[in-house]
Amino acid sequence: MADITLKKIYVKVWRQNSPKDKGRFETYEVENVSQGSSFLEMMDILNDNLVREGKDPIAFDHDCREGICGMCSLYINGKAHGPDTEITTCQLHMRKFSEGETITIEPWRAGSFPVIKDLMVDRTAFEEILQSGGFVSVNTGGVPDGNTIPIGYEDSEEAMDAAACIGCGACVATCKNSSAMLFVAAKVSHLAKLPQGQVEAKRRARNMVAKMDELGFGGCTNTGACEAECPKAISISNIARLNREYLCAKIAE
Amino acid sequence: MSNFLTASIGKKFVMSVTGLFLVVFIAVHLALNLMLILDDSGDLFNMAAHFMATNPAIKIMEPVLALGFIIHIVWSLWITVQNMKARPVKYAKQDLKNSSSWASRNMLILGSLVLVFLVMHIMHFFWKIKVTGSPLLEEVTVMQGGVHVHMENAYALVASLFKSNALYSVLYIAGAILLGMHITHGFWSAFHTIGWNNKIWRKRLEVVALIYAIVIAVGYSIIPLYFLIKF
Repeated sequence: MADITLKKIYVKVWRQNSPKDKGRFETYEVENVSQGSSFLEMMDILNDNLVREGKDPIAFDHDCREGICGMCSLYINGKAHGPDTEITTCQLHMRKFSEGETITIEPWRAGSFPVIKDLMVDRTAFEEILQSGGFVSVNTGGVPDGNTIPIGYEDSEEAMDAAACIGCGACVATCKNSSAMLFVAAKVSHLAKLPQGQVEAKRRARNMVAKMDELGFGGCTNTGACEAECPKAISISNIARLNREYLCAKIAE
Repeated sequence: MSNFLTASIGKKFVMSVTGLFLVVFIAVHLALNLMLILDDSGDLFNMAAHFMATNPAIKIMEPVLALGFIIHIVWSLWITVQNMKARPVKYAKQDLKNSSSWASRNMLILGSLVLVFLVMHIMHFFWKIKVTGSPLLEEVTVMQGGVHVHMENAYALVASLFKSNALYSVLYIAGAILLGMHITHGFWSAFHTIGWNNKIWRKRLEVVALIYAIVIAVGYSIIPLYFLIKF
């Protein structure tokens, strides 16, 4: 079946020249967009038009375009990664939009994710949280055989589910408090569920939460919006585990 | 335990513990209030009120309860201000209706409205009984375990307000419903924050939270409705 072509759509985009610029919305018309094309392909068409007109193309983050790198972002029509579930923006298709629609595109909005240009935000804060404890320390020398470390099926599954986090920041973007709890919870959980992560578990929970607070992310109020918008459907059960890990670590301090 | 109370999870922990404490209080309060409709002579309610007013354990719990309310309110404001600061530039368009419940996003509004009700409620009853007094509170004698006991007529104070003031009854019902909505999120969220939750328990806690919220909202609403219909 041939794809339907949207004859004309309107794209209302946040334009901001630099981190210091105040920024404003600009609306562009895009013609003849196939509903079979991806959202970012539509953005490419729009940018191609802008370049041909001698205008500055819209800056937005993207890399693998297959939903695994965590680079693309965009807050589309009031939703992180747009109007679909368990996908990143690069996996969003134009069939989710209709003829003549005005699509509003904003960058992730959080004090800890400052805008670099247009729709690109600086997510270095996530790197800083990871550097504060999202790792296991391994001695040099002979590598132990992975299969000799017994791990229960349930534990390995839960660890893998948490490890699916790609660090895109949709949780922060969608949270009414700009809280990074789902991200931190995923990182703490996937290591806490495995024997290799046990050694540094207490220090990890303490340091990552302290770093998260220091960087100005908000607190979690358990609305659950993060889990609904997460492209990897990471459960807020991980947040309960993080709370548990953190409380135990603080008591043991 | 350094910095625990100022850390994001620590602040939430304080909200959870005080919240769960208040959840227990409102159940006890409801149990006593239901005595209002079980005995139209007022003796049952007066005996219950007399017991609460004279029991030493309750005397100790009274300031603890006040502290519970104050901490829950002050911490909520502290957390909310910090959370609002975390997003200096707001979204032009934000659609959260499918990803989170309205109550969960508006706990401050619900809590504030409950607080307005609470202040009014304290002025109408607690303040009159404990501080200013009221002619309605004139002592009555109730047969209790074969002896006559003198006590304040708390029933007259409460029942007369419900009987004479339909507007107050409506506000009372509104307060009960707002409190119920606050609990639908607060109850399970408190367990989540103290770490007592996982994929299985979440469903259980959410169901218990909903049932508890309905019991509270309906339970408190029955009292003014009873007086409105019967008198």
